[in-house]
Amino acid sequence: MASENIRVAYWPGCVSRGFTPELHGSMALVADRLGIELVELDRANCCGAGVIAEHNQELADTLNARTFALAQQTGLAMMNICSTCQGAQSECQQRLDADSAYRAHVNEVLSGQGLSYEKDKDGFTNKNFLWLLVEDYGLDKLRSQVQRPLSGLRVGPFYGCYIVRPKERLGYNHYPDRDVYLEKVIEALGGQVVEYDGARKCCGFPVVTMNRDTSLRQAGTHVGDAIDAGADCLVTPCPLCHLNLDMQQPEAAKVVNRDLGLPVLHLPQLVGLALGAEPKELGMDRHVASTRWVQERLTGVAA
Amino acid sequence: MAEYTIKVRRFQPESGEGPYWEEFNVDLDPSLSVLDGLLQAKDNEDGSLAVRCSCRAAICGSCGMKVNGQSTLGCKTQIGEAQEQANKMLAATGATAAEAGSPVRGEGEYAVAGVASDTPIVIEPMGNMPVVKDLITDMESTHWTKIRRVTPWLLPHGEPPEREYIVEPESMIDITQSMACIQCGACVSSCLSMEADPDFIGPAALAKAYRFVGDPRDAETHERLHDLADDPHGIYDCTHCFSCIDACPKGVAPMDQIMRLRRKAGEEGIDDPNSGHAHELAFVKIIEKKGTLDEAMLVQESYAPGIKGKLKPSMRGLRETIKSLPTILRPLRKRKVPLKKAIPGTHHKLPGGAQDEVRAIYAHAEEHSEEFNLYIKGEEGELAEVDVEKGIERSTVPAGEEADSGQ
Repeated sequence: MASENIRVAYWPGCVSRGFTPELHGSMALVADRLGIELVELDRANCCGAGVIAEHNQELADTLNARTFALAQQTGLAMMNICSTCQGAQSECQQRLDADSAYRAHVNEVLSGQGLSYEKDKDGFTNKNFLWLLVEDYGLDKLRSQVQRPLSGLRVGPFYGCYIVRPKERLGYNHYPDRDVYLEKVIEALGGQVVEYDGARKCCGFPVVTMNRDTSLRQAGTHVGDAIDAGADCLVTPCPLCHLNLDMQQPEAAKVVNRDLGLPVLHLPQLVGLALGAEPKELGMDRHVASTRWVQERLTGVAA
Repeated sequence: MAEYTIKVRRFQPESGEGPYWEEFNVDLDPSLSVLDGLLQAKDNEDGSLAVRCSCRAAICGSCGMKVNGQSTLGCKTQIGEAQEQANKMLAATGATAAEAGSPVRGEGEYAVAGVASDTPIVIEPMGNMPVVKDLITDMESTHWTKIRRVTPWLLPHGEPPEREYIVEPESMIDITQSMACIQCGACVSSCLSMEADPDFIGPAALAKAYRFVGDPRDAETHERLHDLADDPHGIYDCTHCFSCIDACPKGVAPMDQIMRLRRKAGEEGIDDPNSGHAHELAFVKIIEKKGTLDEAMLVQESYAPGIKGKLKPSMRGLRETIKSLPTILRPLRKRKVPLKKAIPGTHHKLPGGAQDEVRAIYAHAEEHSEEFNLYIKGEEGELAEVDVEKGIERSTVPAGEEADSGQ
């Protein structure tokens, strides 16, 4: 159950401060309203997004051990807002936690910087905002904070691969419902869950520069399926998914040869709307796929 | 004993009809398998229900199927667990994996929906393959064709030895994970890249390719890697979705093998038509210089590596850059991304000496570039998952000492 005040070592990731700045802004606003204090890890580095691990596994492990060590210096649990950060960091953490000799080897270089990653230090955890919201903040408390229930808003969840697979690495043994948390949050905010085929599939982003057609076919198919299932919008805890589902949506529409035009919200934006924040403060006017429809559904007036 | 309803996607080609759903009621212990449930339905209700199986012990790899949408082996999935999964998904989403109609669920229904224990367990034939009959898929047209595509046999050079090839057991440890494959096709069934691009070589065949790339007896490693990188539907067509890792009943983790193929191809300096290697190098270099991602630089360097230095954009680079222009211009127009962020190279470094710390990590890791394979090493204090041969003890040996053994 939720504690009164939550403070977290906050890793915003690269994309939330790059091509999806509305995510970073809306997270700050929503954290403030929920009473979650964000202690930003401004010296931390990129998680590597799986690409650095593909190049040199030890390099990726050490870079993320550095981020964990910076978080541990604060004595707080760590929070991220990106499925890809979650998956890439969990992968490295799993290897680091598996073997003390390997951890000591990685810590050699960190010790020169006054840093050290220690397994389970102060019960260290690294959770996406979605996990934190359900497991630490609590759905009952979230429900009690709702000012503007998302009544009548039909929301399709889109998780991002890195936060749902592989299950064994991502703590599903302890938290078996992590692959239905988005549905739980949508419901707690008063919205309607839309079931469609793509909720736990791949947005295609990782291969967008390598095989544009494969990538955009994935994004376009999922957006189209959600539209066909009656969704007013999608919600995602992953800014990389957002890039392919929103920023690339007009291009994806060409690849799947149909009209799309479905708003894609970042998770903090959806929460923020229910907490009574204005769409503009949440950066919703900056999306490529217009979010006007969501605003109209919620306010009943044409935006 | 408990009662279950299994809902099977059926297809009887001789009937001339399309596929349809049929429910069967079965009665068995929760610890028994989904396959046991199917065989009971076949025995008691409909002998024409077609399912391939043999060993019933996750060894033969015959009974690949989808249970509640998850690709797996029918014999390795306990029916009690499948029931729990079906209940959970219904409670959360208001729909079973089979339901296409009325997908929207109203407020307040959440708490009461789907708690009934008779939620059907949904069983379908494997994906990404043609269905021959009921749960039997055509493994030849996709799976075996793709396996043959990667030349799945040893290509040694020189005079063959008088008797067998002798290798150190340690030098084979690296490929034991890919050797664990039983060719069931569950990974192929689950592959999300193949869903979008049926030409993708795919997880099973690429895991098999690594089995030979990593084999010390094989003499054509470079040619194999070049071939797999040069195919536009090869190693750089994997979208990194982890589906095959969760689908594999034997812990092969095909995606991890694909990433190792990429790493080895990169180490051999092999460039590819998808610019996969260029993308990887650009990403790694940017983090060394900036600490966080300069996205504009990544896009530019992936398509046209070295444009600021030596200027060697390829035809593909130019073509892709032109194609990506609308994607860059739209957010600029919406003021989503400020102009500065769209210009490669303007991204800031980490503050106050932090960038030097990142550089020091690079210097350290590039000396070692050690791979820590959990499948082989296991978690400290636990028994290793594989022993190459009985008697090879491992697990708490310091990682540094073990690095030489087969990486």
